[in-house]
Amino acid sequence: MKNKKQKETLRKIFHYMRRYLWLFFLSVLCAVAVVALTLLFPILTGKAIDLIVAKGQVDFERLRMLVLQTGAVVLLTAILQWILNMINNTMTYRIVRDIRRDAFYNMGRLPLGYIDSHSHGDMVSRIIADVDTFADGLLMGMTQLVTGLMTILGTIGFMIMIDWRVTLVVILVTPLSMFVASFIAKRTFSMFQLQSQMRGKQTALIQETIANQKTVIAFGREQKQCEQFDEINENLRKCSLRATFFSSTVNPSTRFINSLVYAGVGVCGAILAMSGGISVGQLQAFLSYASQYTKPFNEISGVVTEMQNAIACAGRIFELIEAEPETPESPDCPALEAVKGHVIADHVSFSYHPDQPLIEDFCLDVTEGSRIAIVGPTGCGKTTLINLLMRFYETDKGAFFIDGQASRNVSRHSLRTSFGMVLQETWLRHGTIRENIIMGKPDATDEEVIEAAKASHAHSFIQRLPKGYDTIIGEDGGSLSQGQKQLLCITRVMLALPPMLILDEATSSIDTRTEMRIQKAFMAMSRGRTCFIVAHRLSTIEDADLILVMKDGKIIEQGNHETLLLQHGFYEQLYNSQFAH
Amino acid sequence: MRKLLCYLKQERKEAILAPLFKLLEALLELFVPLVMAKIIDDGIAAKDTGMVLQYGGLLVLLAAIGLAFSITAQYYAAKAAVGMGAGLRSALFRKIESFSFSDLDDLGTSTLITRLTSDINQVQSGVNLVLRLFLRSPFIVFGAMIMAFTVDVKAALIFVVTIPVLSVIVFTVMLVSIPLFRKVQAALDRILLRTKENLAGARVIRAFAKEDEENANFANENEYLIRLQLFVGRISALMNPLTYIVINFAVLAVIMAGGREVYLGHLTQGKVIALVNYMASILVELVKLANLIITINKSLACAKRIEEVLVRTESMTEGDIMQAQPSEYHVEFCDVTMQYPGSAKPALTNISLQVKRGETIGIIGGTGSGKSTLVNLIPRFYDAYSGTVRVNHVDVREYTYAHLREQIGVVLQKAVLFSGTIRENLLWGNEQASDEELMAASEVAQAGDILAQKGLDGRVEEGGKNLSGGQKQRLTIARALVRNPDILILDDSASALDFATDAALRKAIAQQGKKRTVFLVSQRTSSIMHADRIIVLDDGAIAGIGTHEQLLKECAVYQEIYMSQFKKEGSHEK
Repeated sequence: MKNKKQKETLRKIFHYMRRYLWLFFLSVLCAVAVVALTLLFPILTGKAIDLIVAKGQVDFERLRMLVLQTGAVVLLTAILQWILNMINNTMTYRIVRDIRRDAFYNMGRLPLGYIDSHSHGDMVSRIIADVDTFADGLLMGMTQLVTGLMTILGTIGFMIMIDWRVTLVVILVTPLSMFVASFIAKRTFSMFQLQSQMRGKQTALIQETIANQKTVIAFGREQKQCEQFDEINENLRKCSLRATFFSSTVNPSTRFINSLVYAGVGVCGAILAMSGGISVGQLQAFLSYASQYTKPFNEISGVVTEMQNAIACAGRIFELIEAEPETPESPDCPALEAVKGHVIADHVSFSYHPDQPLIEDFCLDVTEGSRIAIVGPTGCGKTTLINLLMRFYETDKGAFFIDGQASRNVSRHSLRTSFGMVLQETWLRHGTIRENIIMGKPDATDEEVIEAAKASHAHSFIQRLPKGYDTIIGEDGGSLSQGQKQLLCITRVMLALPPMLILDEATSSIDTRTEMRIQKAFMAMSRGRTCFIVAHRLSTIEDADLILVMKDGKIIEQGNHETLLLQHGFYEQLYNSQFAH
Repeated sequence: MRKLLCYLKQERKEAILAPLFKLLEALLELFVPLVMAKIIDDGIAAKDTGMVLQYGGLLVLLAAIGLAFSITAQYYAAKAAVGMGAGLRSALFRKIESFSFSDLDDLGTSTLITRLTSDINQVQSGVNLVLRLFLRSPFIVFGAMIMAFTVDVKAALIFVVTIPVLSVIVFTVMLVSIPLFRKVQAALDRILLRTKENLAGARVIRAFAKEDEENANFANENEYLIRLQLFVGRISALMNPLTYIVINFAVLAVIMAGGREVYLGHLTQGKVIALVNYMASILVELVKLANLIITINKSLACAKRIEEVLVRTESMTEGDIMQAQPSEYHVEFCDVTMQYPGSAKPALTNISLQVKRGETIGIIGGTGSGKSTLVNLIPRFYDAYSGTVRVNHVDVREYTYAHLREQIGVVLQKAVLFSGTIRENLLWGNEQASDEELMAASEVAQAGDILAQKGLDGRVEEGGKNLSGGQKQRLTIARALVRNPDILILDDSASALDFATDAALRKAIAQQGKKRTVFLVSQRTSSIMHADRIIVLDDGAIAGIGTHEQLLKECAVYQEIYMSQFKKEGSHEK
């Protein structure tokens, strides 16, 4: 199962590589050349050493020739090495760019349902951290796996060419180092697991304590928390020591094996050299091959883990890239135009989870330019209604009609831009105040921006900011207060002023006087427009044309303020509970 | 940095032994080429198999002793590093636990958490690596050069030239590329920010139909990133080829020079090979050293961040009074002005107020009017900028923290519970409380139904995730009541409760027998209108004090607040 998934992921990675296939072939070609030339070097130096025999027995002429030749080989190797690196970099980063772009593009097409139900942190870490790990793994794989394999094959070939007996010593002893490495790795795996478990436990305690330090102080629990911390810390110290020490024995152990190979080659080679089987220069070539041959073996286990990690990361990214987007619409999908604002809900049903019905058989007829207020306890479906109107979610049954056109038959863009939306949760981006305001109308003039800001009572506080409309605000509004953020969001809608409005009211985080200012802005905006208001404080919607009282996804009462109070129903209860003493 | 080294001092023995054993191992390694030279010159030339085997045995022996030394070194290095990490972690945690509210505001909790976790881990592995490699690599580089001198002075001069050239290449490439890598990181951070923004603002972006524009922006930043990455790649890709050229040219030079020396009879063939081998070992160690320096750089940055916290002086000092006589005025504010560090204007200006034992004080005002600031001064979460706050006629700065806060039950705005059982959470109020007392406090806090449903042993998940906002608030109120405090502070802590529950809660608290001084902070007039006295705050100053009726008559700010919540004047009052 897991294997199958891995294969599937590999297939997708190859799909991304295909565009750069020529680079890949070039890379392999370069790798082969680099390895071959690198391996040629010991042979050439070996030959050179063989020309230096003893006192008076040095063939300088041939030596000089050989050294010049070798120098040329070295230069060529270096140049090819550089080209190889460049190719690998280019290919890896281009693939990564493509993957990251596709992931981001798909994120913009995902249904809101997906975005709401998945952790944002997780999605961000897929696009950033996972892609990065994948890039590292891919690069490492490209550079080390190919050259590593070539080096192993190449050295064996060259060694056999010189002498098969010494080669045998190298081939037989070297796997020992891999064996030792994997033996230790297996033993230490559980220690590392224990260590990360302990770390997890400690981090949880740290998070909880420090993020809530004010409560800890208020109850004088500092000492108790320290004691708890020290206990875990001591356990962690023990686990860490074991894991760190045992894993760090890998390096000395493999080096020990390599030394054994070196000694073995030295002794066998020397004995062969005595009988004239090989020359001293060839022995030296062997010694350098022996260390080159073992290197990829020592690295390969690291590369393999890195690559596996990379494939796992790629798998997570592909999940995001392949997540089902909103149903695509045909290019000739009609646009909603010259909207008047007549909205009908026709037997709409909807639920987030099939087993928990929320909105059922919801009907509504809203005439042009009226103010509709939606009230009800938390979780009654007020926000859901907005999600459906904007087609952030699609209805399960029934449909909404705008000016007689079913909203699901018109293009999403035209539908959504017909609504001006101010949500409870403000959203501002890193950028200037102006950039944030003109989102809905990028070509707005400065006068228009200021006019809109005045209408929404935001102008005065914007003016007081250090650089006025050009003040840069941080991520999510940065240092602005909640009320100021809300006013900016209103200004944004005020500037674009679409034919219909959706206003999710300010919450308890804004004091009532600021709220009154926001109310005024809302009123100014909604004049003559069909307007849906999700109300949290009933006092603000008493003059709405129609109040929908929702409970458990259904409209249980509707009418204007006076008629609803006369009904002595749920609305009256809600209304009076505000004044309960 | 010195401060952090103290923590390594505690592991002094290990921290000295680790590099020492590493050096011993390196020393053995330096002998290997010489032994090989012996095999070639004495063994092969003399055709003496016994000699070859003897020297072969010596090689194995060197390797075995080297293994023993190096494992010993690894052990001491691990012990020193892990020990230092643990000590540092514990010290840092204690330090953070000693911080006051203003220290926490100033530093921010999320950075404290990273410093305590990943920064210390980074330092720990940095120390481990330094102990193992920092002495070894230079030792081998210079050791190889010195050994070369013992073999042949003329050939050794090639080493004298090569080592600086190699070092210059390795370190230049690194020094040039490190700041570039930082730029790459910054570009990546921008992409991260954009991704985060797009997720958080998915609704707004779609409402304004901005998807294509966002995609184009992202593509731009993505393109910028890859261009930077390729540029850095081009530079760091220079290192290997350049060093390869230098080291191998040096090898060729050694062979040429060696050839001349052998011709003159100053050298043997085996010794030339030894020289070549010494040359080869230099490059490996230099590259290791370069990588080590990158790690050290990172660790140093982390160490600096840790030290910043460790050397910070706490902004408040604890008093020593453990006992005070109850006085007529329970809580007093004398001309108190409060200004948060870094803010332009004071949060409270010249507040004077005397509160009698048993009084219930309502505090109301807009956001940012200083309500929370006012009550936070009573348990000394912050120190006043000027003026004094007194409890039982004693300046709060003279009490020990424990004694002052023992008398006070605080329910903070943000309802915080800890993972564990409900009982464990409630016991925070008072370790000694019996189950009956816990139940009684929960009843008063209107949390009886939660206990009936989940029981005292009901699990509370991390951050109280499995409870609703209202449930959490009621449990935090219960936790404060378990303490049976003389002073109870509810800092807008009923905002998630509906009006009826809020009213029932206030009633139940009032009916508890104890003569308790209560501070109620709220934005709702309905929550505080029955308080003995109401303080109206406006922009950090008292705009009015009095009962609901008095204020309605006299205080303009209060009227305005009241009107905004009870629109139809008079008709729904009462």
